[in-house]
Amino acid sequence: MSLLVVDRISLSFNAVKALTDVGFDVARHEICALVGPNGAGKSSLLNVLCGVYRPERGRVVFDGEVRPFMRPREAAREGIGRTFQSLAIFKGMTVLENVLTGRNLAFTSTWFELALGVGRARREESAQRDEAERVLEFLDLQRYRHAVASTLAYGLQKRVDLARALASRPKLLLLDEPMAGMTADEKREMSRFVLAVNRDYGTTVLLIEHDMSVVMNLSDHVVVLDYGRKVGDGPPDAVRSDPEVLRAYLGTKRRVA
Amino acid sequence: MSYFLETLVGGLLAGTMYSMVAIGFVLIYKASGVFNFAQGSMTLFAALTFVCLKERGLSVGLSFVATALTMVLVGLLIERLLLRRLVNRSPVTLFMATLGLSYIVEGVAQAIWGADVHGLDLGIEDTPMPLPFGIRVSRFDLWAAGAAGALVVALSLFANRTRIGLSLRAVADDPLAAVSLGVRLPVIWRTVWSLAGFVGLVAGLFWGSRSGVQFSLTLVVLKAMPVLIIGGFDSIVGAIVAGLIVGASEKLAEVYVGAAIGAGLENWFPYAMAVGFLLLRPSGLLGGKAIVRV
Amino acid sequence: MSAAWTTAISGPARLGTAHPERRLFRGTGQAIATVGGLLFAFVAVPFLGDDYWFTAILIPVLVLSLAGLGLNLLTGYAGQLSVGSAAFMGIGAYLAYDVQTRLPGMPLLLSFVAGATAAAAVGVFAGLPSHRISGFYLVVCTLTVQFFVEWTLSNFRWFSNGSASGLVSVPPLVVAGRDLSSPLGRFLLTLSVVTVMTVLAHRIVRGEVGRRWMAVRDMDTAAAILGIPVLRTKLLAFAVSSFYCGMAGALWGFAYLGTFDPRAWELDRSFEILFAIIIGGMGSLSGSFLGAAFLLVLPLAMSQVAAAYLRGTVDQGTIENYKKIGFGILIVFFLVKEPRGLSRLVQTFIQRIRTWPLRHW
Repeated sequence: MSLLVVDRISLSFNAVKALTDVGFDVARHEICALVGPNGAGKSSLLNVLCGVYRPERGRVVFDGEVRPFMRPREAAREGIGRTFQSLAIFKGMTVLENVLTGRNLAFTSTWFELALGVGRARREESAQRDEAERVLEFLDLQRYRHAVASTLAYGLQKRVDLARALASRPKLLLLDEPMAGMTADEKREMSRFVLAVNRDYGTTVLLIEHDMSVVMNLSDHVVVLDYGRKVGDGPPDAVRSDPEVLRAYLGTKRRVA
Repeated sequence: MSYFLETLVGGLLAGTMYSMVAIGFVLIYKASGVFNFAQGSMTLFAALTFVCLKERGLSVGLSFVATALTMVLVGLLIERLLLRRLVNRSPVTLFMATLGLSYIVEGVAQAIWGADVHGLDLGIEDTPMPLPFGIRVSRFDLWAAGAAGALVVALSLFANRTRIGLSLRAVADDPLAAVSLGVRLPVIWRTVWSLAGFVGLVAGLFWGSRSGVQFSLTLVVLKAMPVLIIGGFDSIVGAIVAGLIVGASEKLAEVYVGAAIGAGLENWFPYAMAVGFLLLRPSGLLGGKAIVRV
Repeated sequence: MSAAWTTAISGPARLGTAHPERRLFRGTGQAIATVGGLLFAFVAVPFLGDDYWFTAILIPVLVLSLAGLGLNLLTGYAGQLSVGSAAFMGIGAYLAYDVQTRLPGMPLLLSFVAGATAAAAVGVFAGLPSHRISGFYLVVCTLTVQFFVEWTLSNFRWFSNGSASGLVSVPPLVVAGRDLSSPLGRFLLTLSVVTVMTVLAHRIVRGEVGRRWMAVRDMDTAAAILGIPVLRTKLLAFAVSSFYCGMAGALWGFAYLGTFDPRAWELDRSFEILFAIIIGGMGSLSGSFLGAAFLLVLPLAMSQVAAAYLRGTVDQGTIENYKKIGFGILIVFFLVKEPRGLSRLVQTFIQRIRTWPLRHW
């Protein structure tokens, strides 16, 4: 059974149609790449999936349950994690604190206990810190655990974003251009991490990416969007040679006189 | 019934005074995206300068011109010393900076001209004038409404018919794009802050002649906030409409509701209204809507 | 689970035992400084200080620091700008007075807590609009609360036990049978309350609550996507912050003023507290103290200097004026140059001293 079924999702902002009748499946444990020209609606789709935008039509079926509309908090509880295209890490907090925020759902103590740091809250704090340390080690970030996030290099900040999303052990990880602005070396490293996340932890990944070589190497499944519509859906090689996809990216051969 | 109408009309006209003050804020917000808490102090500074020059023997016309020029100088100084160093900061930071600025302007105003209360006589009497339907309104209020209207017309002409006005609209729309087209931001800011100073002068003259030129003039800024929220921070027409709404409802609430629960209702009622508006329409009646991209 | 995950659990030292950053003090240096400071404050100062120091400097600085601490939690840590702190102080002061005078046998500290709790309740109400309104617009909401509370305290005689002007005189300060009305007594009362509440604030800020506040401050959409309940987090910030301001109000009224009316809790005081944390450093607990000390001591120092050196040539009004201009410039300076305020400057200074032997200046 697919982990995620996107079923005829439509979304518009005032007069602009961001998504029209988009539908596809994402199988469990697969890495699915969402590609398409700029403005095709990819980020908007991720926002729908994690509950930030409410679609006008359509529904999402996640882990076997129909979800007409999820608020961000519910999406998090269901096991959907996300990174952001425009770096949305918490700039004023350290790397460790950033990752710890990813563990917030694991705290069961009341506000009172959490505020005073007594009893159950104290034990939970310890346990969550251990978890956070594991994530840091997995992504090779231990050295930076006490660095304030805003002081880190861009590539490291992106990794912190990933660590934070990973901290909650999501079933589905939505990555919004995780390699944007990186050098070739950094991209290789990030790809390695994404693969490790998928293989070692079994996390299903849906990622938006522009770099085609990355897409070809990483993904099992590719979905192509253009102007809010799906124009391609299948294994990487099939999609790469699909004429409709080529038209979307390269345009037609007709010349404008 | 005629008492109700009279209260209503009186409130509407009082509202135009609020609008006048609010327009100063709108100008600055449109061009630099900051809520200028110092507008009140600038109003006080302008009114004080005018009154003291007049008292020292200058004619009304000369005092007006001299004060207007002073406000241009003030605009220049603010741009040079403050705004340049706060480019790209968050609106909250900018607001707090204007809070500090208001203290500076107030202090300087009183250091130069002293802390006495000055009476201001514009030659317009606050006498009632009979209108149809048995309503009587103050002649002063009518003049104030007229002045507000003239200001709006003048500013609209400026914005739509002059080159600088065009640049101003470009900057309000998209500062980066405007800069890339050759619009020089410091010039725009200087212009806008001087204009706001001028608007402050006009508003200060009317308010000052109503309640004397004194420190409390700076509190007009607090009156302007509900007007701006209801009308939208970036709309001059909105400032007029919202000023009318706030003026009228404030007067009506004070007369009809205040009798029941206590005096001084007008101190907080406009704000409660503004909060209500914010919850329903976060960008005001006529303000632009912002779409946030994650 | 693969090797990657299991190797992370490399030994008993990793799991469960004290994480270095969770120890109470960040190293022996800080421990000595804090304990030493507290000893000095509680034991030495009572002997060294005189009435003037207690009543004119130490008590107001401590109480203003507490109010600043409250505002810092809301504005500095949780990112919700508020200009209503004086209103919450007023609620704390008046309700503490009401409870203390109307319920015979009520312990004084409990009255303070009652006042602070009332302030917290109003704070939650004030925070409700933060669900849809953010950033600068939130100022209007807290401004509304500020004006509304001012009006309520002035217009409804119930708060001041029937006094027409709203003026009240506090009952004698008796805690656990001991009369603390003397300047020294009031100082020790204030110091104790402020110390306890500062320790509390420290714990709150270091834990999950503090993290959630900072997450909501830095990027609330991302916080929501991570599962953090944003509205509840903001409301908690409002509640805790107002509690602190309410407690500060009770102390201000009982231990500092002794007699007060609604004018003690006006908008100007809210600005004063805001300035204190801007100067001291937003998002920093120590900053609240530095800012309050700076805000209160500098004008006093200026007046002393003016009286001593400019005897008679400069009048009080002019000094007030220059103070105003000075403060305005300071605010702008700190916002432009060092948004993290005095606390950052102090931190940098301490850092420099630590590495001094190794530096080449």
